[in-house]
Amino acid sequence: MWFPTRTIIKQAASSLALSMLMLLPTAAQAERIFVSNEKDNTLSVIDGETLEVIETIPVGRRPRAMAFSNDGSQLFVAVGDDEAIDMIDLDTLKVVRSLAAGEDPEVIRVHPDRPHIYVSNEDDNIVSVLDYQKRTRVTQIPVGVEPEGLGVSPDGKWLIATSETSNMAHIIDLETMEAVYHRLVGARPRHVEFTREGDKAWVSAEIAGTVAIIDMQDTFDVIHTLEFEVPGVPRETVQAVGMELTSDGRFAFVALGPSNRVAVVDQQSYEVLDYLLVGQRVWHLALDADENRLFTTNGVSGDVTVIEIEGDEGDFEAIRSIPVGRFPWGVVVAP
Amino acid sequence: MSLAAHGHCLRGIVGRELLRFVHQRSRFVAALVRPLVWLFVFAAGFRMALGVAMTEPYQTYILYEVYIVPGLVGMIQLFNGMQSSLSMVYDREMGSMRVLLVSPFPRWYLLLCKLLAGTLVSILQVYVFLAIAYLYGVQAPAMGYVLMLPALIVTGFLVGALGMLLSSLVRQLENFAGIMNFVIFPMFFLSSALYPLWRLREGSELVHWIAVLNPFTHAVEMIRFAMYVRFNVEATLIVLATTMVLLALAILAYNPAKGMMARKGGPGGGD
Repeated sequence: MWFPTRTIIKQAASSLALSMLMLLPTAAQAERIFVSNEKDNTLSVIDGETLEVIETIPVGRRPRAMAFSNDGSQLFVAVGDDEAIDMIDLDTLKVVRSLAAGEDPEVIRVHPDRPHIYVSNEDDNIVSVLDYQKRTRVTQIPVGVEPEGLGVSPDGKWLIATSETSNMAHIIDLETMEAVYHRLVGARPRHVEFTREGDKAWVSAEIAGTVAIIDMQDTFDVIHTLEFEVPGVPRETVQAVGMELTSDGRFAFVALGPSNRVAVVDQQSYEVLDYLLVGQRVWHLALDADENRLFTTNGVSGDVTVIEIEGDEGDFEAIRSIPVGRFPWGVVVAP
Repeated sequence: MSLAAHGHCLRGIVGRELLRFVHQRSRFVAALVRPLVWLFVFAAGFRMALGVAMTEPYQTYILYEVYIVPGLVGMIQLFNGMQSSLSMVYDREMGSMRVLLVSPFPRWYLLLCKLLAGTLVSILQVYVFLAIAYLYGVQAPAMGYVLMLPALIVTGFLVGALGMLLSSLVRQLENFAGIMNFVIFPMFFLSSALYPLWRLREGSELVHWIAVLNPFTHAVEMIRFAMYVRFNVEATLIVLATTMVLLALAILAYNPAKGMMARKGGPGGGD
């Protein structure tokens, strides 16, 4: 007797097996977290599944900021003492070439569409624009004294460069490659992050321990300044540095340097919701692709703290600290 | 003697201890207030100085109030164990101990029942304390609270047996307070209850080694690991071995023929 259902079950079973097989390679490919160790001249690679260091990549001297190429095949690392940007192949995890980047490159950012790397050259008071495909310098944009933090708007129209001596955020039009607005922010501005819509930019100031929110649609003015007060921690140790903003517009995370805390902020109301304890001198942050976890580099304690950020702020919890090299500075999660 | 009779005896002793505990509300409040003051006041003050300790079994940096909780759990059990022994001295003075010891059950069984009763009372106190700590924000994995139970039982027996041994050495209630001061405080302060061992070592090598040799350190570490769903084999073995030795000595001390009671002319001492 012939049972049509049996055939259907067989077909369903085989297609299920096939789809399982197709899923296998992606399931096996766990996220990789790259951490630059400023004093070790290496990058530590952490496996997103086991949360263990699986590889250490030797790079140039004093590696700090990192960024991915637009196709996700390469990782760029600013190696300040070599005055270059090391380009790492993400398949082989080896430095394939170095790009001259001017004096003491510290922070780098990549344009969302163009093959451009923006580099802050602290000693020259300029932002260099490099083409990583042609490996040429496109232009140099003069900004304030000692440029440091950089941020590119999601639509690629704006670049913000902060100058840590002038205490300014310079808003640069990326069509004309000229700074068109200059806004005063807190003392020693360090880092810039845009909201997902690109309507606001957050600028952290290390010495002031504040974050300025700049309206990027109409006025290009500072519309709010966030302040932090960690109970029981001296005010001078609260230094705002790295930031990450969730794409759903709910939360922002601010690394507070030697206070060893990460502030959890409501992106809409600007209310500081919580302070999470991490390692010593927390510097930069990175969200994973699903935005379920936040990684922090802790410079003095030489480790990376993993914070689970699923649910509401009350559920956020530091779950592990992973030892890496000496003075971890930047952190990025491979897409 | 039948098993049912043993059970009846156990129920009687445990019931009496629990009843006494329930009736003495001030004792219950005092037992809770002590660790809570440490948690709310002492730990808050030391938050900054010790706020970044990272030590096993913790996987990341913790606040001092998180670190101190297993130590305070140990403190509750230590005080309770001593208090329960204090009650034995009182019972002996009042004569109710004689009633207990003339029962037909073997003495070791009666003492074990007494220890179990004291341990159960201390565990009751511990879980109320942990519930308050949980609301305060010191939260361990749910499984940790379950896995702590065997560790709490063993610790209860450890401090109970120590108290029992001490009570056998003390003739009068007044003398007991002195021994408590000489036992409870050194045991608590010279352990990992308040500071990690590595931190003690920074201060003094001698203090560190005393803490390493202190069985209370290992009891606290056993509780700490269990609370975070880890098993500290070394600490558990040390605590179990010490408990066995103290238990044997306590039973021996209460032996009417050979123990300290015989020499002191206590109950069952045959004077």
